[in-house]
Amino acid sequence: MEIKVVKDILGANEQIAERNRHLLDSKNVFAVNLMSSPGAGKTSLILETIKRLKQEIKIGVIEGDVSSSLDAEVIGKEGIPVIQINTGGECHLDANMTYRALDNMPLQDIELLLIENVGNLICTAEFALGEHKKILISSTPEGDDKPFKYPLMFHTVDAILINKTDLLPYLRFDTDAYSRAVKGINEKVEIFQISCATGQGIQEWVSWLLTQMNRRYGGR
Amino acid sequence: MHELAITKSMLDLVLEQAEKVEAKEVGKINLVIGEMTGVVDECVQFYFGFLSKGTLAEGAALSFTMVPTMARCRVCDKPFELKEFDWTCPYCQGNNMEIIAGKELFVESIEVE
Repeated sequence: MEIKVVKDILGANEQIAERNRHLLDSKNVFAVNLMSSPGAGKTSLILETIKRLKQEIKIGVIEGDVSSSLDAEVIGKEGIPVIQINTGGECHLDANMTYRALDNMPLQDIELLLIENVGNLICTAEFALGEHKKILISSTPEGDDKPFKYPLMFHTVDAILINKTDLLPYLRFDTDAYSRAVKGINEKVEIFQISCATGQGIQEWVSWLLTQMNRRYGGR
Repeated sequence: MHELAITKSMLDLVLEQAEKVEAKEVGKINLVIGEMTGVVDECVQFYFGFLSKGTLAEGAALSFTMVPTMARCRVCDKPFELKEFDWTCPYCQGNNMEIIAGKELFVESIEVE
């Protein structure tokens, strides 16, 4: 007997992600899912973002790594709530892991939640966490061919931060061609050129982030 | 590597459906996988082998329908297959397109006893 199913394999994850989003909305917490390959600058970006915004808004961080709590320790020094998730081998965060972390977060004391996903351009694109925006950090030394190699990621995200632009003089990275290709399959994506080393473009990113937060929850 | 988590979710979904109709065993699982998901059928097959042990789906055959990535040009409105390193419309060379296929990742049907 054949039974028609026609159900999304990741439907269960989507449902939990939706529940997470409801929980975040009920507490007026704006959550972003930060994704990139290993070493593109997720932790550096989080530190830069905290530096610019911590006087203005209350920030919390979820750190996802396969193992170790190195990143959480670095961020913990900023005196903000941080929870480390060790995925124990899984190459991405999923909605259930995120839920467990949210359950341990003082959400009433947080307005912006930065979720650092595991460094990976494939799996992380598939698993919704309940975030409001998906952000990709794409660093110049990785090469400008990455959109063609990981199209789902580049198609899925709301914003792309091209990091390490201070290294552009030493690399063959065609920013215009890269941006054109990405915009071709993701018309609405915002692209920022940043450098966590020099601070270039960070202010633009932070302003965009605040605008998105205000759009969701109104002026604060 | 995401195939492990995906195969687990797929198996859960299949078992849930099979139990609903009180099936004794699952003989075949028909899957649809879009190219953009990067899911490798051989990996799913490999993980399925040990994840399904001792379940109703043990020994079930997996059938994969792979869907190529398709786009529709927003300039001339024609559909085309997205080539690996060339994201321009083959008809008008436009480079603004909507992805219309290739993101599929679902269980189409199962065959049960």
